[in-house]
Amino acid sequence: MTAPAADPWLTIVEAAQRLRGGEVTSVELTRASLERIRATDERVRAFITVTEEAALESAAAADELLRSGDAPSLLTGVPIGLKDVLMTAGVRTTAGSRMLDQLIPPYDATSVARLRAAGAVAVGKTNMDEFAMGSSTEHSAWFPTANPWDLERVPGGSSGGSAATVAAGQCVASLGSDTGGSIRQPAAFCGVVGLKPTYGRVSRYGLIAFASSLDQIGPFTRTVEDAALLLQEIAGPDPLDSTCSEAPAPDFSVQLGEGLEGLRIAAPREFFERNAEGQGMDEGVAAAVEGALELLAGAGASLDRGASLPSVGYSLPVYYVLAPSECSANLARYDGVKYGYGSRGGASMWADMEATRQEGFGREVKRRILLGAYALSAGYYDAYYLQAQKVRTLIRREFDAVFAGADLIVAPTTPTVAFRQGEITDPYQMYLNDIYTIPANIAGLPAISLPCGFAEAGMPVGLQLIANRNSEALLLRAARAFEGLGEWGLRRPSLG
Amino acid sequence: MTTTTVARTETSWETVIGLEVHTQLRTASKMFCRCPADYAAAAPNTYVCPLCLGMPGTLPVINRTAVEWTIRTALALNMRIPELSKFDRKNYPYPDLMKGYQISQYDMPLSEGGWMDVEIDDLGRQRIGITRVHLEEDTARLLHRENEAGERFSLVDVNRSGVPLMEIVSEPDMRSPQQARQYLVQLRQILRYLGVSTADMEKGSFRCDANISLRRPGDEALGAKVEIKNMNSFRSVQRALEFEQLRQAAALEAGETIAQETRGWDEEAQVTVSQRSKEAAHDYRYFPEPDLPPLQTAAETVEAIRAALPELPAARRARFEADYGLQPFEAGLLTEEPAPAAWFERAVASLGDDVPAGLPRGIATWFVGELTRLMHDAKPPDTLETIVVQPAQLAGLVQLIDAGTISNTQAKDVFAEMYASGEDAEAVVERLGVSQISGEDALAPIIRQVLEEHAQAAEDYRGGKAEALKFLVGQTMRLSRGQANPAQASELLRAALDDTAE
Ligand SMILES: [Zn+2]
Repeated sequence: MTAPAADPWLTIVEAAQRLRGGEVTSVELTRASLERIRATDERVRAFITVTEEAALESAAAADELLRSGDAPSLLTGVPIGLKDVLMTAGVRTTAGSRMLDQLIPPYDATSVARLRAAGAVAVGKTNMDEFAMGSSTEHSAWFPTANPWDLERVPGGSSGGSAATVAAGQCVASLGSDTGGSIRQPAAFCGVVGLKPTYGRVSRYGLIAFASSLDQIGPFTRTVEDAALLLQEIAGPDPLDSTCSEAPAPDFSVQLGEGLEGLRIAAPREFFERNAEGQGMDEGVAAAVEGALELLAGAGASLDRGASLPSVGYSLPVYYVLAPSECSANLARYDGVKYGYGSRGGASMWADMEATRQEGFGREVKRRILLGAYALSAGYYDAYYLQAQKVRTLIRREFDAVFAGADLIVAPTTPTVAFRQGEITDPYQMYLNDIYTIPANIAGLPAISLPCGFAEAGMPVGLQLIANRNSEALLLRAARAFEGLGEWGLRRPSLG
Repeated sequence: MTTTTVARTETSWETVIGLEVHTQLRTASKMFCRCPADYAAAAPNTYVCPLCLGMPGTLPVINRTAVEWTIRTALALNMRIPELSKFDRKNYPYPDLMKGYQISQYDMPLSEGGWMDVEIDDLGRQRIGITRVHLEEDTARLLHRENEAGERFSLVDVNRSGVPLMEIVSEPDMRSPQQARQYLVQLRQILRYLGVSTADMEKGSFRCDANISLRRPGDEALGAKVEIKNMNSFRSVQRALEFEQLRQAAALEAGETIAQETRGWDEEAQVTVSQRSKEAAHDYRYFPEPDLPPLQTAAETVEAIRAALPELPAARRARFEADYGLQPFEAGLLTEEPAPAAWFERAVASLGDDVPAGLPRGIATWFVGELTRLMHDAKPPDTLETIVVQPAQLAGLVQLIDAGTISNTQAKDVFAEMYASGEDAEAVVERLGVSQISGEDALAPIIRQVLEEHAQAAEDYRGGKAEALKFLVGQTMRLSRGQANPAQASELLRAALDDTAE
């Protein structure tokens, strides 16, 4: 029997209060989480691996710490989900790929180790598009994950499992990774909060690499306050990641109560107008986002609708040169020789290596490896990779210019609400899902998506806020204030 | 396999050679992880971790010592050290490459544009340009095996994966295989002086690929370049280049064109064999390593490393000749490696501040002669680390010779004892009872006896045959069982013969 106080729908802050007040134990909370997974995951399919036994052991250990008053953080005893792209010692880690079917990592990712040290209880590994390449979690080698708001629809991707598990009330929070929107887009589709920190804020050590210069780990939570708490635990310098910022993480919650008064928010035209190809927000999304802009202005923020990022439209092509280029090298190690899937019995070593990659990788992964190898090859490097790097610098400078006159940028998270499974088959149409999220990765900026309304068929809509590098505290302050202006985040899917 | 025989033809071709050297740094840990780098004695696959195994999620962390040692080497080779440098990924699939790419340096190496003076006795000094010295990581080692059924397979030893590897690329400035060999000898010497590498070609810590082409003297353009791989000694580098020189010359003389290609040196057959043509060459798809920020090297850092550079072989050789009066070949032998030079200088230092002229030269003679011979003859051969005789003891022996206490001949026996027991020269001399018979009183009876027994020789000398004196000195040495001081014996004999000449 689940204790009535043990409710996986709690926020981290609420759970921490109940755990400390003795109303509930971590074991009870973890049991409730595992029961909710049992009850709903046949339909949602958020998890690739559920680590029931290990979860209950860590919960018992967390209870010890809580009883003795030595709980290291507010996360102590709180059940969370981990995207299957994070290396977890002793726990199968597949990155959603057949290639890593049987990989049992010998070490923990830094972010995972820090959550363990904080006493958080990992309940399992969540589903994802293979090697984090995709926007729907339909490209998982194992199975697609459903959107808890409408099981016929996708949860977004690539961190679809991590978004869905929070939206379905299975876990209090989760970790995902964001290379071009893989946290923010599924957060928007599933009606939860998703934060991509500044590039270099969270160590990438132990994150199975997709595109090293763009990848960042971040939290999925039900509230902005929880996002700040979870980020606090995983952020900060790491000697194992040379691209991780050496500056100690500041207190991300310190500005949370300060409201929107006096904040200068830019709404660059390019994010709100249709582009030359006629692409832009759907009506329902536009209505919700426009409503959000009015609310921001009404709450004391000054809104600059004249701001412009002239080159931001090139973000998508830049991304689809740089990310595949980096991934073509990052995924070269999977050759079947050392670990993971290995095809055997071919005519030669080379034949086995080729067959391993042919059989071990899915179509989307192979498509991107080919794109990247092409962009880097002799004779094309200058026209593709080098040119993309130049445009990347340009986009970065344009963001700098906007931030010279603004504290934050507001934008939609996605052009549409969650689409139906199987609805988008053309890769390019799928890539367009990320037109609003990719720019923050290109420029290395922190960005958050949070619920701002509902549109077509009652599906949630996300609002995106983007801040300057290392300004997560300000970003979270504005997000927290906006969150208080409505009750979109409190609605739950009717999953039963 | 067919063995190509190339006739030695008189050619009017100029040979152009450039060398690419890869040398392992002997840092404590590997290039990008903390595994020990000295894997020589380790069981296969024991010096490994998730990073050097290429496990997913791992990230490289630069070994700062390896960077410093590369700059140290670059400075010794008169290179420029740019303020900004970066690492790149070199992509190619191979089972010895754990990540499927090698972290190397492409267009912004740690150093550029240096030189080294190569000296060959009969050719003099030639300045060889050095294009770049950069840093990268070594690959794993493949061991090719065959089982009883005759199936061939390969084993992977990952211990070597990630060991810091320095690449030193020369300009195509060398004009003969002999010069190429000398370049390698001197480069190895510098690396050992700097203490950055064991630079042992036989053990694989020092590897060399050579580019060679031929052209008509006076031509500006280079001929088609052939890259030779698979040479594992300085000798094989020279032999491979000599072979290639003749092969290309013969082909050109016959009106053929030289294919730009990679050839392997077949040590057994002593020929180069075609491996792959340029058409099949890899496209490495270099791009900047996104896991590592660019490397900044402050000018002060460079100056600090420069200030701490040790004396280099060329400078030391010149100093040994000037300060100790050594012959070039002695100075060369002593300074070939840091250890003998240091041993020699310790011996000289033990003589105190006021070193009598000639003594250092004496020490050098004994070092390159007897000491080297005894070490070489020992089974197994000794090294300066294993021998018991100390530098000051050799100096003591040379002092006894210089004072006339013992003869050179006696000193050889004395030194053999010292070498075996580690005793001082004086102690051995006393124990064996050897000492030169000096002084007129001691020598006079012996000389008298010699002159009586060899009256004919005495007669010959008086008759003008100067060589007869040498014979008489020899007889004096024989009678004294080697203990006579030959110089004095000669003087006394001459005096005695002149006396009786009247
Ligand atoms: Zn290692």
